[in-house]
Amino acid sequence: MSDFLSVFLAVVLALLVAPMLQKNTYTVWANLRQVTFVKKNGVLVSTYLIGAVFIWVVLMIIAPQLYMVDFSFRDGAIGGDPDAYTLKNYSYLIFGRDSDENLFNLLHLQIFLKTILASVGVTLLAFLLCYPIAYYLAQSTKGGTTRLFLIALILPFWVNEILRAFAFRILFGSSGVINVSLMGMGILDEPIDFIKADIAMYAGLSYAYILLMVFPIYNAIESLDHNQIEAARDLGSPWWRIHYRVVIPYAKPGIASGCTMVFMLSAGALAVPQILGGPSSLWFTQIIYDWFFTGGDWSRGSAYAFVLLFSCIIFVLAVMKFFKVNLGELAK
Amino acid sequence: MSSGVDLEHVTIRFGDFTAVDDANLAIRKGEFFSFLGPSGCGKTTILRAVSGFNEPTEGTIRINGSDMRGIGPNKRPTALIFQNLALFPLMSVADNIAFGLEVEGIKYVERRRRAEELLDLIALSGQGDKMVSELSGGQKQRVAIARALAVEPEVLLLDEPLSALDLKLRQHMRSELRNIQQRVGITFIYITHDQGEALTMSDRIAVMSAGVIEQVGDGSTIYNEPETAFVASFVGENNPFYGKVVKVDGDYAQIQNKFGLLRGRNTQGLNEGDAAILFVRPEALSLVEGDVPAENVVESTILSEEFEGPSIHIHMEGETEKRISFAVSNEGKGTHLKVGDTAKICFEVDRAIVLPEGDLADE
Ligand SMILES: Nc1ncnc2c1ncn2[C@@H]1O[C@H](COP(=O)(O)OP(=O)(O)OP(=O)(O)O)[C@@H](O)[C@H]1O
Ligand SMILES: [Mg+2]
Repeated sequence: MSDFLSVFLAVVLALLVAPMLQKNTYTVWANLRQVTFVKKNGVLVSTYLIGAVFIWVVLMIIAPQLYMVDFSFRDGAIGGDPDAYTLKNYSYLIFGRDSDENLFNLLHLQIFLKTILASVGVTLLAFLLCYPIAYYLAQSTKGGTTRLFLIALILPFWVNEILRAFAFRILFGSSGVINVSLMGMGILDEPIDFIKADIAMYAGLSYAYILLMVFPIYNAIESLDHNQIEAARDLGSPWWRIHYRVVIPYAKPGIASGCTMVFMLSAGALAVPQILGGPSSLWFTQIIYDWFFTGGDWSRGSAYAFVLLFSCIIFVLAVMKFFKVNLGELAK
Repeated sequence: MSSGVDLEHVTIRFGDFTAVDDANLAIRKGEFFSFLGPSGCGKTTILRAVSGFNEPTEGTIRINGSDMRGIGPNKRPTALIFQNLALFPLMSVADNIAFGLEVEGIKYVERRRRAEELLDLIALSGQGDKMVSELSGGQKQRVAIARALAVEPEVLLLDEPLSALDLKLRQHMRSELRNIQQRVGITFIYITHDQGEALTMSDRIAVMSAGVIEQVGDGSTIYNEPETAFVASFVGENNPFYGKVVKVDGDYAQIQNKFGLLRGRNTQGLNEGDAAILFVRPEALSLVEGDVPAENVVESTILSEEFEGPSIHIHMEGETEKRISFAVSNEGKGTHLKVGDTAKICFEVDRAIVLPEGDLADE
């Protein structure tokens, strides 16, 4: 493992230092000063910028991830050989132990599938919740009111995630606010177990990422010329068609970016499913967590984590392709 | 029973601010009717009230005789062309034009056929598959018109649709618009602050100032027979001479002005002692050469001359900041007048009009 890291760093260093060690160091410098980026920012600032970005991207993002990739191909089980490469961590997710009676690792696969599907559900729920809010804020309110609303949306998120999740437990518990008031109004005779039915978890997840959905959509719709909405109305369009034909196509990049973030973060959420999930239901991240900390098998944990990551990426790319959204548009 | 668009005592307020004050109008079916007025006088507000985007605070708007109150813009037989066109950028030209038909639930093939017909009408045949962004300014303009015409409105409302175009295209589009209107034969209500546009295209014009309709009439009436000082000064160039009416005889009135006694037509029934302004258009003024006429002579100092080719514009010192301006035609020798000279100019009684004193339009 450590030799992997040292080789990696050596290559990077060599690439950096090589030009300097050439005989014509001076020319290198002279050429460097000609580069537009350096010209614009000066040598000192550009060195800092490049250095900072380099450290951030390579040392903090790429290197640890590569480390984990390397991990996932090793045998991390107690008694295994940590130096040999193997695919058994990945195959375990699919086939389980050889000694199992089933061919496939049904338990884990089911949880994996459920996590993906439930995340899709959470994303849809968040979208349905946020689109009207974003539209209203972007097109129907004036500057001051909009800011007030946005602050009202942002402030609750100063409360940390764990606290919010526990607050939802209180809200949805069998003697929680919702059950009590429903029973008080005579709609229910017995409390509903929202937590066992995972309703609390879906609500909690949708709520947790509401801002990530509202803001990109709000931004997109805000730049839509209000005259286009009026033009559509003037041509006889009912409100739903205005949204379907004019507003949503225009806001598509924002919607895509909001949905992508909510989906990715839901699929990778840990705290909310841990706190609000029903006793019998597991989120895939909880299994990963267990491999790392309870099972002590980092290799298997990383393998599971990568399967989740790549499945999510592929899924998102496929959906984006289907809706004809470019990756570049997400950053708009 | 009338047809077309009627405004009956229409007043529109935003809070305490009155944007349109007691407008009364009967716009006839098939008419090309323009609202002309300076920026902020309430033109768009009236148009939006007709299309249904805002309701009059008081009064009634009727289209084809029926009261439009409470009927939304999507239910009115009007189509609005926005100042910035508001074409849908993510739809093709044909889809833009056919949007109104799509709303009506008409099948794609039929929609497409109707869009093609309209593309023919606006001389953009076969360009239906282009995106809006691939069109030139004038083409976008025409697509916006086609999109509005596709729903077969009884009234087409146009909010300064030519203001974004350059001069040449604007002039071309004027005749184009007029052509299209004559071909489809529906009522056009056109908004502009450009009097040239209003005068060349419209059957009738309503001149507005600060929320009030000052005068309604055809182009030559508005130009030749203005009823208020605002209309006289807003439409075309005009030279005002302030004064009190000293004598009224028959259809004429005489005012006492700094330059002497001046006489003109008294169309508004002014009486002796009323404060008035006598207006003479530059083209009605001429230099006194030879015998001095008996009346309506103004003597003043020449402040500047502008050589314009066929004519020479001369500005003389007026009674206020505003200079007296007129033109002499270029007879090939230039003028014998020099800046600083005094000169006498005169005008015929019938080409001057005496109106009640009132605010002039800002230049
Ligand atoms: N929604 C509104 N709320 C408050 N005031 C408004 C509103 N809409 C228009 N006004 C006011 O009403 C007046 C007339 O506006 P309007 O848009 O009708 O002018 P306009 O004649 O179309 O001017 P322009 O030629 O510049 O387009 C303006 O003073 C404007 O500030
Ligand atoms: Mg306007």
